[in-house]
Amino acid sequence: MDFHLTREQEMVRKMYREFAETEVKPLAEELDEEERFPMETVEKMGKLGMMGIYFPKQYGGAGGDVLSYAMCVEELAKVCGTTAVIVSAHTSLCCAPIFEHGTEEQKMKYLPDLLSGKKIGAFGLTEPNAGTDASGQQTTAVLDEAGENYILNGSKCFITNGTVADTFVVFAMTDKKLGNHGISAFIVEKSFPGFSVGKHEKKMGIRGSSTCDLIFEDCVVPKENLLGKLNGGFKIAMMTLDGGRIGIAAQALGLGEGAVSEAIKYTQERVQFKKRLSQFQNTQFQLADMHTRMQAAQYLVYAAAMKKQNHEPYSMDAAMAKLFAAEAASDVTRRAVQLFGGYGYTREYPVERMMRDAKITEIYEGTSEVQRMVISSHLGVK
Amino acid sequence: MKIIVCVKQVPDTSGKVAVNPDGTLNRASMATITNPDDLNAVEAALALKEQTGAEVIVVSMGPPPAEGMLREIMARGVDRAVLVSAREFGGSDTYATSQILAAAINKIGIEDDDIVMCGRQAIDGDTAQVGPQIAEKLGLPQVSYAADIKKEGDTLTIKRMLEDGYMTIKVKTPCLITCIKELNAPRYMSVDGVFECYAKPYEIFDYNTLKDDPLVDPTTIGLKGSPTNIFKSFTPPQKGVGMMLEGADKATCDKLAGILAAKHMI
Repeated sequence: MDFHLTREQEMVRKMYREFAETEVKPLAEELDEEERFPMETVEKMGKLGMMGIYFPKQYGGAGGDVLSYAMCVEELAKVCGTTAVIVSAHTSLCCAPIFEHGTEEQKMKYLPDLLSGKKIGAFGLTEPNAGTDASGQQTTAVLDEAGENYILNGSKCFITNGTVADTFVVFAMTDKKLGNHGISAFIVEKSFPGFSVGKHEKKMGIRGSSTCDLIFEDCVVPKENLLGKLNGGFKIAMMTLDGGRIGIAAQALGLGEGAVSEAIKYTQERVQFKKRLSQFQNTQFQLADMHTRMQAAQYLVYAAAMKKQNHEPYSMDAAMAKLFAAEAASDVTRRAVQLFGGYGYTREYPVERMMRDAKITEIYEGTSEVQRMVISSHLGVK
Repeated sequence: MKIIVCVKQVPDTSGKVAVNPDGTLNRASMATITNPDDLNAVEAALALKEQTGAEVIVVSMGPPPAEGMLREIMARGVDRAVLVSAREFGGSDTYATSQILAAAINKIGIEDDDIVMCGRQAIDGDTAQVGPQIAEKLGLPQVSYAADIKKEGDTLTIKRMLEDGYMTIKVKTPCLITCIKELNAPRYMSVDGVFECYAKPYEIFDYNTLKDDPLVDPTTIGLKGSPTNIFKSFTPPQKGVGMMLEGADKATCDKLAGILAAKHMI
């Protein structure tokens, strides 16, 4: 197993670091405080190819690889969980399913604007009554009498990038009798008649990211916007989430690593009992454990990304990476707050924000419990 | 039209500085960066490329590992790179370096609509001599300390910063410009740029490539061809912690006078 990055991967990581330090870190506190979506950062990332990293140049992508995408999310998350999830949801949940399941016409129509960051993408699967049980879709899509358009009715909730996205990959029941096998995927533009976005959710963390409802009231979707096969949507959703888990695992990884660096810096400055905190063995052991957990998470995340890149089966790897990285991030950020003591609990330091941001990685794109279901099913445990 | 940009790999002075017993920098033990002013020159060249479609070529003299820096510069959008590297060139001071770089630029070829750009000075030597010396040796008009560059046809209008003001200079191509940080904000590498940079043309000019140029002579290059000798190099002792006195009242003034008197400064 080769643990070495290619020279391009080393170089692109350096570029992400410079960008994150200079353009992203200075905004992180404000985005959290004001619940503000960083549109200016998305524009800059679009120009640098960060909104279409692992897609071919023929569709407007940057021609990179999946690991370089995971490292981008990781480096962003080290300084800002919000900015990281914008890239992750856009790339993994909207660009990827269009690239992997779209027709040539759909790819040429939608990908250039998405991959260059001119337009932002989102994904609509979750509904108020269909969360972990995604098969319980209540949104319906019915072909109109002329056979030209699908008419969508229903609503989606907790949609990341929802208020700012132009292009959505949306799931709806096309044949209720068939259950899972009666779900189809559609590419929906925000300008389609009958489409609207609902209330913005106020959240514990990743507060600058946009999260809202999508509402479909006789929403007219041209039939050529069916993504993949009719009634083949559930498979697309599950495959898309496998990829998305690499992005969220990378976000968790970055959040944990960011908290470790902050804790190393702080404990070398803070003096109590006439000693730097870093001189206490408790601090040293805590930091050793925290770093070890994040390093283990990094291997799992990078391995899953490499498998996806090499077109090997990676569903279980992505689930393990997300499960481990998310739980490690929650644990490590919580410990970082503890090392900071009272200051860690204030918004003067970034670790409390990192702790709040980390929690969501155990929940979205499949809870940790779902990851355990995926992993155990791959083990054949019934 | 071509724009040739000279760049230098320098020690990252924000980290540890190491010095050899002979007083020269121990470059091998220090992290390296692209000289900051040189990145302003690269950015200016890329901006002119966007305006004119010019080809941008980056040239550096240094040891083979400088390839990494040159690839990173190509990842920002530069078209090709030349590394000037040979044992014979080692130990060159600014005079010898400018002989060699001028020969390398001759080898690439300067045409009437071409421009050579350099950073103002490198953060390791701080001499600001190499750019102007290259211009002299190539017989090109030069404008140093450029803080703004506008191009119309074959004429460049350049705002040249001075300590107490600025001059506006018009110059025709071919010419050489040295750039300062006020000129622009260097762009980042792009993801596409990174994944393309190893496929872009990269050449090494060694001693044999340049030896037929009259500028490259054993007496004008390398340590032997360098008129500069280092007598002594040292790290200045750190200044002690300063003391701030606040207030403009008599008591504060008396206190200040007392401290200065105690140090025999008044």
